[in-house]
Amino acid sequence: MRNTTGQPRFDAVDFAAQYAAFIFLVMLVVAFALLQPNFLNPFNLLNVLRQVSISGLIAIGMTFVILTAGIDLSVGSMVALCGLAGAYVAKGGLDSRFAIGAAEQAGNPVWMAVAVSIAVGMTAGAIQGLAITRLRVPPFVVTLGGLSAWRGAALLLSDGGPISGFSADYTWWGQGRIWTIPVPVLLFVAAAILAHVVLRYTRFGLHVYAVGGNAAAATLNTISTRRVIFSVYVIVGFFCGLAAFILSARLNSAEAVAGLGLELDVIAAVVIGGTSLFGGVGTIFGTVCGALLIGVLRNGLILMNVSSFVQQIVIGVILVLAVAIDQAAMARRGR
Amino acid sequence: MAPLLKLTGITKNFGAIEALAGIDIALGHGEVVGLMGDNGAGKSTLVKIIAGNFAPSAGEIQLDGRTVRFESPLDARKAGIEVVYQDLALCDNLSAALNIFLGRELTRGVGPFRFLDRRAMAERASALFAELKTNTVPSDLVKSMSGGQRQAVAIARTRLADPKIVLMDEPTAAISVRQVAEVLELIRTLSRAGHTVVLISHRMPDVFTICDRVIVLRRGTKVADKPIGATSPEEVTGLIIGAIETA
Ligand SMILES: Nc1ncnc2c1ncn2[C@@H]1O[C@H](COP(=O)(O)OP(=O)(O)OP(=O)(O)O)[C@@H](O)[C@H]1O
Ligand SMILES: [Mg+2]
Repeated sequence: MRNTTGQPRFDAVDFAAQYAAFIFLVMLVVAFALLQPNFLNPFNLLNVLRQVSISGLIAIGMTFVILTAGIDLSVGSMVALCGLAGAYVAKGGLDSRFAIGAAEQAGNPVWMAVAVSIAVGMTAGAIQGLAITRLRVPPFVVTLGGLSAWRGAALLLSDGGPISGFSADYTWWGQGRIWTIPVPVLLFVAAAILAHVVLRYTRFGLHVYAVGGNAAAATLNTISTRRVIFSVYVIVGFFCGLAAFILSARLNSAEAVAGLGLELDVIAAVVIGGTSLFGGVGTIFGTVCGALLIGVLRNGLILMNVSSFVQQIVIGVILVLAVAIDQAAMARRGR
Repeated sequence: MAPLLKLTGITKNFGAIEALAGIDIALGHGEVVGLMGDNGAGKSTLVKIIAGNFAPSAGEIQLDGRTVRFESPLDARKAGIEVVYQDLALCDNLSAALNIFLGRELTRGVGPFRFLDRRAMAERASALFAELKTNTVPSDLVKSMSGGQRQAVAIARTRLADPKIVLMDEPTAAISVRQVAEVLELIRTLSRAGHTVVLISHRMPDVFTICDRVIVLRRGTKVADKPIGATSPEEVTGLIIGAIETA
């Protein structure tokens, strides 16, 4: 991609594939700001951010997975299972599932609930990672199985009902603010920065790109492709556990139907953010833009009284367009 | 002196296909050996076995008199074996510099953490490309490179370590006359420094210019193993196509 002067030539399609989400996000913000004065209200903007942070956290993990040319369809179900597991621990069992206040004596400290929620997520991710790397079942199939199995496990664990009514220490993680900024938003930003550093500046991050770019070449260059692929499913499991805890804290309730259909928002955020489903190309910055774009779009359409059915259609269309741009960029590269 | 690398009865089956049938080869220190054979003769398969990418179905590999069993390319690389693969084993989505260092990246410590040292890798890559006299740019993505530039990246990799053996699977297949001369010169330099080189090539002049010995494979068996002075391009051609049975 160099001309005679040695400078990279500008390629509009490549550029669009990389920054489409950011450009489109800016355009949307400007458009909604002009159409709906309420949109720029700081409370509304913080609200958008808070809503985005749950799917955004998982999208950060999903970026690792999709960079290896994998996919994880099970994240919504995992969120339900992890959230219930954490809530179960916080409450000290199902007997006190609805008991408010009194339960705090019977239950366990918040850190234990977080730890269990995350541990369950990482374990579920590890099981899927093993099935993919050892049994050689394609990620699509393994995580489609997970989508069903983890939801079933969540239903079993919860015995059908929700677990609700947590201590203030617990709900602070979903409802609290530090200087007016919602805690989930701060966690989302921190996780995004950390993930960016890992992907861009560490050997592991480079190996994720290498495996996604050409797994056979990565193997010949002494990279353990298996270990990298296993790891990314554990990473997305970690983020599911964290997000599940935050979601249950925000809703003050964990239930087996939590996170239903969440995989759509998560995968859409990553793909709209410019990460290629073929692997090897994509950034955390793009994913954050993709997640924000979906959040802003939902919020703006709500403010404009557009029905939620129409929102679904719009998001579906944008998802397909994003992949179309990716394909066009791919054709340019002559793959 | 015991041979550096000794292969005994190396056999490789891919399902019903027998790609290699009982290959015996001994390589001396600093030797340059040409490995020739028709398409599908088993040359690349042999390279991948020595490089730890495939386990042989049968047979034994000895390095410096000790039996080795490579579980992965990492084991082979650690044992001092560097490879230029026929398909080059490049990641299109990464820069030339990162491709060179893939699997042994340079890092620098910041507190308890280690981060990629992209600048150091780019500088080292620049120096390697200058040495190979190629116009490859370290920061360019491999997907935007010409065949010859890609080959330069794969060859540059072998210069990072101080290898015992360098296996080159058709390193000159896609490059210009000028660059072929550079690669041949590099092989000479490697050999003078005591490294053993195996050159796989379909180009008779290359093999006859640079190699001390030529080995010919035909349908998975070794049909010739001769000092270069004791054979001729005509004989080797006959051996490759089967007009001459063995020599
Ligand atoms: N991974 C594999 N799976 C199945 N069969 C294989 C595999 N790799 C090689 N073969 C078969 O083994 C035989 C030898 O192949 P190999 O690549 O070693 O040939 P080669 O001598 O390198 O040929 P060329 O000059 O075309 O590179 C061929 O019949 C090939 O089809
Ligand atoms: Mg070959």
